[in-house]
Amino acid sequence: MSITLWTWIIVGITFAVYIGIAIYARAASTGDFYVAEKSVHPIANGMATGADWMSAASFISMAGLISFMGRDGSMYLMGWTGGYVLLAMLLAPYLRKYGKFTVPQFIGDRYYSQSARVISLLCAIFVSFTYVAGQMRGVGVVFSRFLNVPINTGVVIGMCIVFFYAVLGGMKGITYTQVAQYCVLICAYMVPAIFISVQLTGNPIPMLGFGGSISAGGAEILGDPAAQGKYLLDVLDGLHKDLGFAAYTDGVRPKIDVFFIVVALMVGTAGLPHVIIRFFTVPKIRDARSSAGWALFFIAILYTTAPAVAVFARTNFIKTVHNVEYAKAPSWVKNWEKTGLIKFEDKNGDGIMQYTKDKATNELDVDRDIMVLANPEIAKLPNWVIALVAAGGLAAALSTAAGLLLVISAAVSHDLMKGVIMPNLSEKAELMWARGGAAGAVVIAGLFGIYPPGFVAQVVAFAFGLAAASFFPAIIMGVFNKRANVYGAMTGMIVGIVFTAAYIIYFKFVNPSINNPQHWWFGISPEGIGTLGMILNFVCMYVISKFTKEPPQEIQELVESLRYPVERTTGETKAAGPSAAH
Amino acid sequence: MARKEQLQAYWKENLRYIIILLSVWFGVSYLAGILLVDQLDAVRIGGFPLGFWFANQGSEVIFCLLIVVYVQLMNKLDRKYDVHED
Repeated sequence: MSITLWTWIIVGITFAVYIGIAIYARAASTGDFYVAEKSVHPIANGMATGADWMSAASFISMAGLISFMGRDGSMYLMGWTGGYVLLAMLLAPYLRKYGKFTVPQFIGDRYYSQSARVISLLCAIFVSFTYVAGQMRGVGVVFSRFLNVPINTGVVIGMCIVFFYAVLGGMKGITYTQVAQYCVLICAYMVPAIFISVQLTGNPIPMLGFGGSISAGGAEILGDPAAQGKYLLDVLDGLHKDLGFAAYTDGVRPKIDVFFIVVALMVGTAGLPHVIIRFFTVPKIRDARSSAGWALFFIAILYTTAPAVAVFARTNFIKTVHNVEYAKAPSWVKNWEKTGLIKFEDKNGDGIMQYTKDKATNELDVDRDIMVLANPEIAKLPNWVIALVAAGGLAAALSTAAGLLLVISAAVSHDLMKGVIMPNLSEKAELMWARGGAAGAVVIAGLFGIYPPGFVAQVVAFAFGLAAASFFPAIIMGVFNKRANVYGAMTGMIVGIVFTAAYIIYFKFVNPSINNPQHWWFGISPEGIGTLGMILNFVCMYVISKFTKEPPQEIQELVESLRYPVERTTGETKAAGPSAAH
Repeated sequence: MARKEQLQAYWKENLRYIIILLSVWFGVSYLAGILLVDQLDAVRIGGFPLGFWFANQGSEVIFCLLIVVYVQLMNKLDRKYDVHED
């Protein structure tokens, strides 16, 4: 069967499952819609968080990025997983104890200020839209390559699916759909990785395989009998040096920059509203802690495989393309040439493809995003595996899009309408606003996908930087420092956001020509500057809170109560503990 | 008031756990994975230079273990101070 037919079948089945789940688990109340009635099992919540968190960027782009960056690519691996440790210990249990629906609501209550709530809801909407724009485009690209439809048609199909289960099902529908999407995306990621690991190293566990040595079959695939028995990483280091690159296992970025970027990614992860909101959905505080662990476990399966995929793809790519006659190029090169994601320009006119670091002699221009998608073709895997990868990419993009849309819809209906503009809104009307908000957000997200604003790639750093520099300190101080008050929080958030935004805007938009290490402050790139914004936020908040009026008594009691799962007075028996029920 | 002191002791122990576990978190990622990576690369396990391994996989595996340890410690602590749910 052809790739296209297989893709239609597998993608069709997975979409039918998602929609079926959405109908089965549709939301009836606002509690259902925002937090799935706090009834989600921690393992299911962990899986859903994994799918929610792993976007088209994680699935499609990350391994490709790493394969081009070598060891420096590890900043994504560490940065996007380390945040869960912070979530489990510093945020999730306390926010779950607080027990309401959204992050802006927590900020508004804790700092007894509507303005604080509005600032954080604007941040939540901005962060979510920045993200969702990229997801919808990802959906379009996957559709167009594998189903041979125009990118815009692909975006519209994606919109219809998301519309259906996000608007109808709310958090409840999304959670169970995301569990299914996690299963699809992890299978789609692991199957080709396992195949390729066996082919190259004889080891069926890709996480270990890329540290192993090349098998006889692997040497044959690479067309280099001398490579047999050598460590794969050594061979790749050698290839890199021959082509003029730094060794794959060496880093080239300044360490200070890597350090700051990793902090920004970790803290940004812990501060992203669509991730935090997931910890509101479990029944108990202890579930919130363990569910962060499950989430990281499910994410780590993909994230420990990604560096292996990167190494396999890089070695395979260099070996099967470099110094090969264009006329005899492997079929995947020709397939991807049609999408414009691989370009070959025969600069020296010898009809042979040369891939080098030097721009003057390099003849191959390869888009990093194709590494995961083209991997099964590069390794000549059966057509159904290629179709499965397409379904996985779609699952990753759609699940993240849905989670983000829910944050936007909750920010509009719960925080803006019910919280600020019309406090007397009935539950039924609020649910209508929530659905309307989700529907409006789907349409705007789709428009972003069809007319991708050129700045999307530039503003991804914004999403993390802003989350790191705004939410994170406000929540942490809100729980760990009783003295933190509204003046400190407002100044901190504003200073953090303005500083981070100004630095990014200056280097990305105002003066992009000097966006290089010589001009950065302390050698920190715009991607890592959110870390400095966060530090400024913390300092402002601490100092200003110290010298202004302390928060009212009831707020201090609220903070106190967040710290204990259940407060029993001495002698109270378990059965009589009314506070056990939330 | 004794109960209040107990609760404060609970919170203090929670903070102590967090500080210890986050020190490990910092050590495996920022020290082993970034700042000391070149020194660690001199050591090899199979085909992996050690620093490269920490940066690529080791830190993530240890992050997972840290949360498991934290959950266990806290569940025990909740019971010890009688603030557990159910």
